[in-house]
Amino acid sequence: MKSHNTPMGRVFDVFNHIILALIALAMIVPFLYVIAGSFATEAELARRPFFIFPETFTTGAYQYIFSTPTFIRSIGVSIWVTVVGTIVSLSLTLMMGYALSKSRLLGKNVIIYLVIFTIIFQGGMIPTYLLVRDLGLLNSLWALILPIAMNPMWLIIVISFFRSLPNELEESAKIDGASDIKIFLSIALPLSKPIIATFTLFYAVQYWGDYFNALLYISDNAKYPVMLLLQNIMTMADMRFGEVDALVEQPDQSLKLAVIVVATLPIMFVYPFLQKHFAKGMLLGSVKG
Amino acid sequence: MPKVETSQRIPVQQLPTNKVTKWQMIVRDKWLYFLLIPGLIWFIVFRYVPMWGTLIAFQNYSPFLGFWGSEWVGFTHFERLFQNPDFYRILRNTLILALYETLFVFPAPIILALMLNEIRFTAYKRTIQTLVYFPNFLSWVIVASLTYVFFTTSGGIVNVIIERFTGSTIFFLGDPEWFRTMIIGQQIWKNVGFGTIIFLAALANVSKEQYEAAIVDGAGRFRRMWHVTLPAIRHVIVILLILNMGNFLDQGFQQIYLMTNSLNRSVADVFDVYIYFSGITQGAFSHSTAVGLFKGVVGIILILTTRYIAKKLKQETLF
Repeated sequence: MKSHNTPMGRVFDVFNHIILALIALAMIVPFLYVIAGSFATEAELARRPFFIFPETFTTGAYQYIFSTPTFIRSIGVSIWVTVVGTIVSLSLTLMMGYALSKSRLLGKNVIIYLVIFTIIFQGGMIPTYLLVRDLGLLNSLWALILPIAMNPMWLIIVISFFRSLPNELEESAKIDGASDIKIFLSIALPLSKPIIATFTLFYAVQYWGDYFNALLYISDNAKYPVMLLLQNIMTMADMRFGEVDALVEQPDQSLKLAVIVVATLPIMFVYPFLQKHFAKGMLLGSVKG
Repeated sequence: MPKVETSQRIPVQQLPTNKVTKWQMIVRDKWLYFLLIPGLIWFIVFRYVPMWGTLIAFQNYSPFLGFWGSEWVGFTHFERLFQNPDFYRILRNTLILALYETLFVFPAPIILALMLNEIRFTAYKRTIQTLVYFPNFLSWVIVASLTYVFFTTSGGIVNVIIERFTGSTIFFLGDPEWFRTMIIGQQIWKNVGFGTIIFLAALANVSKEQYEAAIVDGAGRFRRMWHVTLPAIRHVIVILLILNMGNFLDQGFQQIYLMTNSLNRSVADVFDVYIYFSGITQGAFSHSTAVGLFKGVVGIILILTTRYIAKKLKQETLF
């Protein structure tokens, strides 16, 4: 767009560029410091309040955290919950979404209303806690998956996606004698790669970042996911970090920073994919909203 | 397509052999039901059973007696709740935070989207977008950890700078005065970038002709923004604002709990935080469920009211 730019407009342009750059920096600079600090010595961290390059480079903090069984276990728990949880969530959502996308299905509307109602009203924290307890899931890793296994909003998006697939393919497969399961697996799913990619990331980010369910349902600290461990490290004066009381010798600020880095790393790795698909998914969702 | 199918179904349902037909439909779609059932069971168990479970708000629920054995006490917990000064403090905290969110968090992405929209150099715009979307994907634990690292009074960069200029530090993490500012700040930091997506999409649909016409009419930069750009996204703003009101009482527990400590409980106690502490840590199951039920019912009323308003507004803007 070519516009005759007034001097006022040009001043605005300059300021706009600068302010936006500052905003963008505010999003990323904290991480630069956290990463730099995790490789710095405790003395430097105490002396310099902010830096992007450490004077003395050390991997001591990482060596330490990866030598504590507590930390390694918590990473293991988080990976397990993220992988298994994403598979469970994705299977449930795609299967249910596909079935509910067929308008011929008897009872479909009632079930969709039941799903939508759960967006408006939930039993809440205590009844859900009591349910999980009565199911015997306290201190089970399944308690980190099952209570949040499905998101009704995302299910609705999946339903409308499947509805948008052309009907002709299904009809011709039907004539060839294919069952609904076969059509779902060999026709609908291969056409759904964008939505599968989107929701794999949606669910994986949800499970990786969740500490709430662990806070409620997991009291055995051998089963803490990494986010709950990090929360403990950050908020507790006396940390339950490592079985050995090695913290006395081990500088703790660089440890905290190293744990933050490790807990953020998976998100940083998938971020290029995330950005692409989340934007798409968000717009898909907003069409419904 | 769906229309064709319903018109096929209607005469079938009018036949006297209705039941057989329904049964035949179920048999015909048996594999679809097979796909449906695991998810349906999940919704019943993990969403509908807890709804039923809110009935313990009308009991003196005891974990030993269980749901069926506990004594029913009617509205006792609600009566006690409404007489409890704590309740009004929590309601007040919740409403104040909700109001601040609407005033400060909600408009932030609109402003950022308008700023981004004025950038004509695509690579620059895209770089900024990539950076500002990032915090959205971080866990609240990470956001809170960063807040601790940067705002602590013992060597956090923010306080180091403040001390250099004023000679004293500010206790951001414990001072009740600062609690809401920190919460709102975190929300803006985490969500502002991602929130722009929907507005930028709406802005992309504004036709170039409108801008050109405005330029011909001699409208400057800001007048164009005011008279062309903003009206074009007004629709989206109104819809999102209404959706936002539906979640008015839902302050994210995940965020607030992390910033809560014994020093700032007086302002940090919003519904969900209070429910957690009284229900999970103190075991007052029935009392905290009553609080949750109150919140849930008010939530439904808000959603239905805003939906009603939304419908009215939509009609007005359509015609």
